[in-house]
Amino acid sequence: MKAQRQVWGETLAELAETDSRVLVLDGDLATSTRADIVAEKVPDSFIQVGIAEQNLIGMAFGLSTLGYRPWVSTFGVFLTHRALDQIRMLVSQTKAPVKLAAAYSGLLNGSSGKTHQDIEDLAIMRAMPNMTVIAPADAREAELVIRWAAEYDGPVYVRFARDAVEPVFGDDYEFTIGKPVVLREGSGPVVVSTGVQTSRTAQAIASLVTQGHDLRHVHLPTLKPLDTEAFFAAIGDHTEVITVEEHSEIGGLGGLVAELVAGLGVGTRVTRIGLADGWSESAPNDFLLDRYGLSPERVAERLTDAISGPKQ
Amino acid sequence: MAVLERQHSDKKALAEHAARARLAVLETVAFSKAGHIGGPLSAMDMLVSLYFDRMRINPQDPQNIDRDRFILSKGHSGIALYAVLALRGYFPVEELKTFDQGDSRIQAHPDMRLTPGIDASTGSLGQGLSAGLGMAVGAKRLGKDFHTWVMVGDGEMGEGMNWEAILSAPRFGVDNLTLIIDVNGLQQYGWPQGEKDRFDRSEPLGHVNLPQVFTGFGWHVIDIDGHNLDEIRAALEEAEDRRATTGVPSVILSRTTKGNGVSWTAGTYKWHNGVPTDEQLQLARQELIGAEAVGGVK
Repeated sequence: MKAQRQVWGETLAELAETDSRVLVLDGDLATSTRADIVAEKVPDSFIQVGIAEQNLIGMAFGLSTLGYRPWVSTFGVFLTHRALDQIRMLVSQTKAPVKLAAAYSGLLNGSSGKTHQDIEDLAIMRAMPNMTVIAPADAREAELVIRWAAEYDGPVYVRFARDAVEPVFGDDYEFTIGKPVVLREGSGPVVVSTGVQTSRTAQAIASLVTQGHDLRHVHLPTLKPLDTEAFFAAIGDHTEVITVEEHSEIGGLGGLVAELVAGLGVGTRVTRIGLADGWSESAPNDFLLDRYGLSPERVAERLTDAISGPKQ
Repeated sequence: MAVLERQHSDKKALAEHAARARLAVLETVAFSKAGHIGGPLSAMDMLVSLYFDRMRINPQDPQNIDRDRFILSKGHSGIALYAVLALRGYFPVEELKTFDQGDSRIQAHPDMRLTPGIDASTGSLGQGLSAGLGMAVGAKRLGKDFHTWVMVGDGEMGEGMNWEAILSAPRFGVDNLTLIIDVNGLQQYGWPQGEKDRFDRSEPLGHVNLPQVFTGFGWHVIDIDGHNLDEIRAALEEAEDRRATTGVPSVILSRTTKGNGVSWTAGTYKWHNGVPTDEQLQLARQELIGAEAVGGVK
């Protein structure tokens, strides 16, 4: 099992060896984000900007106007919060091919606590015009997303997890931008998940299946741009949709699915499972996943409640 | 591919371009009934000196990768840049009439994807220097000889991102980058006038020893009267001469007057933005070009 950040560093180092457009600009977190792999293997493709995230985005933009496709290395929280205005004007409004590699996203960030937990990034970034927003499920999908983003001539936001998760995909998996992935066919309610929470959700569903719940599981790596036709095809004619994400229950995957399903009219219910509206704390991963309801066991409980509980 | 070259204008020609461009600013704002005036007018002598004399550019080939770059970080002065670009031939002067009117290539704040000659989108303050730093670093990496000029306002120096870029630029050895601060002594509203202030409100950077600050940060400082065309020419030349030889970025402290060139706009914060009356416009025409209606927009 490899962590997505490890995959990011290794894949970029490989790409940088043959593609001079690839640059990594670091906000002095290289040993955390694993941009240090690029710095060591392909030093010419690595630029240390220092602890200055706004300048980081500005410089990445400037370099992009000369044909470079810069990746920025910092924690997601500093991109979507501290440097948001810079991303908005210089990257999104100009469609600059700057690649926003959001490290340590979500709740699990090495016990750094609420200051560093970016639990609102998907809500923020998917509201931004021109932005592509992707949350890969595991190491394999992360690598494919990196390769796709490197070839795409426009801005991309990718949500990377700090720690490894149980693999969702095998070596034969191929990522397609905008497409949902049906991980499990099933006759029961549809569970839609994104990012590495898909891995924990798959474990939850596996345990529920043994209890007789024939759940359908759809992974949504691309939150934007989404192939809505493919999304509705993946949902099928189910009228019970449950979303699961390592993100605030406001505006992320749950918000996206609710917006889409609302267009169908009355008759389909969406239940959102994620982080309740509040700040978390610093603690080990297992503690946080349990306390905030995102461990496989807690997700199984919450799914059971959603399926059998009172209508909200 | 068309060649890049300096236009080389003498002082008299530059003064005429500046007067026409100032008038075009006022006429465009009057026509559109929206826009900024004070900042565009303070920056004008520097802008015409760059575009009509110093920069190696070609209006017929605005995307040429080897062109000199200019970034107007104080994007709300965009109308000044549009007037200069139009007079320089990037797009028809007549097009200035479309400013802020919808379906226009000329937006309230510069948009590099819409307007020929705009090298970076700006508008949200404080971001131009970092963008220019990225371009200058890119030029060094690619072995390209172009120069990157970035203009900020003195009020804009309140934005923290500027200081991130000022701190980091010398580390990259970007002697191909020049920051121009349009020290026009006023911002939109600011603080009440103090004893040492030149104008009717407090100077944004009046309490700051700018040469000392920039020297301390590792920059080469050039301190000039930003309305003196001889001093501007010498400053731009000095900054450019340092390219590829010194490894040190330059800053030009361009001491100017907000609203310069027109009696009723000069030296007051009240014309940060606003729409001139017909009478005010007529007076400006007489002061600027000493004749009846001439210029881009009537």
